[in-house]
Amino acid sequence: MAAGTEVDRAAGVASLSRSAQAGRLFEKPVVLRLLSIGLFAAAWQIAGLIPVSFAFPTFSSTMAAFVRMMADGSLPAAYVSTLQPLVLGVVLATFAGVGIGTLCGLWRPGEWLLIPVFIVLQAAPVAAFIPLVTFIYGIGMTAKTLAVIILALPVIVLNTYKAVRNVNGSLLVMSRSFMGTRWQEVFKIVLPDASPVIFAGLRLGVAAGFVGVVLAELLITPTGIGDLITFARSRADYAGMYATIASVIALSTVTLVALQWIEVRVFRPEKRGG
Amino acid sequence: MRAAVVRNEAVMNEPAADAIVEVRGISKTYGGVEALRDVDLDFPRGKLTSLLGPSGCGKTTLLKIIAGLIDADRGTVAVNGKKVSAPGPERAFVFQDFALLPWATVLRNVAFGLELRGTAKEEREAIARRYVADVGLAGFEDKYPHELSGGMRQRVGLARALCVDADVLLLDEPFSAVDEQNRRKFQEDLIRLRTNQNKTFIFVTHSIEEAVYISDRIVLLSPRPGRVSRIIEPDIDRSGDPDRIHRDKHYLDTVEEIWQGLKQYVE
Repeated sequence: MAAGTEVDRAAGVASLSRSAQAGRLFEKPVVLRLLSIGLFAAAWQIAGLIPVSFAFPTFSSTMAAFVRMMADGSLPAAYVSTLQPLVLGVVLATFAGVGIGTLCGLWRPGEWLLIPVFIVLQAAPVAAFIPLVTFIYGIGMTAKTLAVIILALPVIVLNTYKAVRNVNGSLLVMSRSFMGTRWQEVFKIVLPDASPVIFAGLRLGVAAGFVGVVLAELLITPTGIGDLITFARSRADYAGMYATIASVIALSTVTLVALQWIEVRVFRPEKRGG
Repeated sequence: MRAAVVRNEAVMNEPAADAIVEVRGISKTYGGVEALRDVDLDFPRGKLTSLLGPSGCGKTTLLKIIAGLIDADRGTVAVNGKKVSAPGPERAFVFQDFALLPWATVLRNVAFGLELRGTAKEEREAIARRYVADVGLAGFEDKYPHELSGGMRQRVGLARALCVDADVLLLDEPFSAVDEQNRRKFQEDLIRLRTNQNKTFIFVTHSIEEAVYISDRIVLLSPRPGRVSRIIEPDIDRSGDPDRIHRDKHYLDTVEEIWQGLKQYVE
């Protein structure tokens, strides 16, 4: 009898592990992501075939337009012009935002002076300032970069500030007990401890930067991606328009994923694979 | 059977032969609550002294004042004859909540005190490896704190404090966040570790059994305001089997005696 139960238990374990294996295939993030993209493409295709609107192309014609625009060089050329203010603006907003946020988190006068400004900026419909930016800085690269910065900066500053303010106090005491200097405290304790929330702010800020640059190109000066969207729409080339929009969304997503990768790699290695 | 050496108030303040830490007239008030009043204490070199008392008796406050992490309202603390008011290299702290860097490996956490002092990476990691092995964590060097149990995390905290080669180790209820089984194992290991390390330990605890089990000297503090009420030197032979101590008649008598003395403060 004892042997019987033993066998039963072994069989139970085996079947359990088999179903666990099948389950694990679905738990694989790559499989799930591909599945979700596939479902999305299928839904898009069906919606385009119905069609929900004459201005709504199918997924396949959008992809075809994407390949065509890549081949004729119009999409790459648009990206060359769009990426300059975008990258410049995002990099500046990142460094300035993390710097200002850290300062405000550590230094009371900075907090009183600057944080209200950024709270107002975050609450305000900042896109409405973009014509104002054009008025002051014209229609060049400066205006577009500034549009990226005004959209990206507040959320980066506020997240960094909150993260720095809520740093784990017992780690600071530990650093002090081992005679850490103020600088060591900031760079070895405060910033690594705050990095998950800072990076959450950076992801939001980068996404806002994409909004900023496209808005600037739609509102200020018809160049780059914004121009391509406007141009395709004016020719009723809806597949081309959607291909451009979809490519911006894809690029933005890839950037955010890359940011997450940097965070885990460089700042929080303990979260790798966990 | 030897009797515990119990000192009363009258003889308490006589200076110890070789005191490494001297506390004189320390008082501290927190927002109207008097945490410590006029505490005079000597901590003999090379001994493990426990600060024992019910919650609210100011034992952790006293430890943090000795560490230089809290400023006293009045009084002085001298270490090796020199007055101190801030953390120094001759003292190292072990925290109740471990205070480990979650993003750093065991090895980097253990070496962190040396990292802050600017010791070169190779050198500090070599030292840290030795102490990781000493506290029984060999093989866990590259793990992160969240992968360890509470007991193992506190071993990291202890190794970090040992690593900076301080004369005095200050331990703030180091086992209170560790489960019972791990705590007993850790206490045994601490007794063993003490024989290899020529260090002075100042140990805060609220557990009478723990204090009697590991201490050379127990300072009983009374609450509100925190004052030294008694000093007890349990005369327990800790060589040989550590399990034997728990059955030692003398150990049990001392625990009972302290409990009778503390009972009045427990509401």
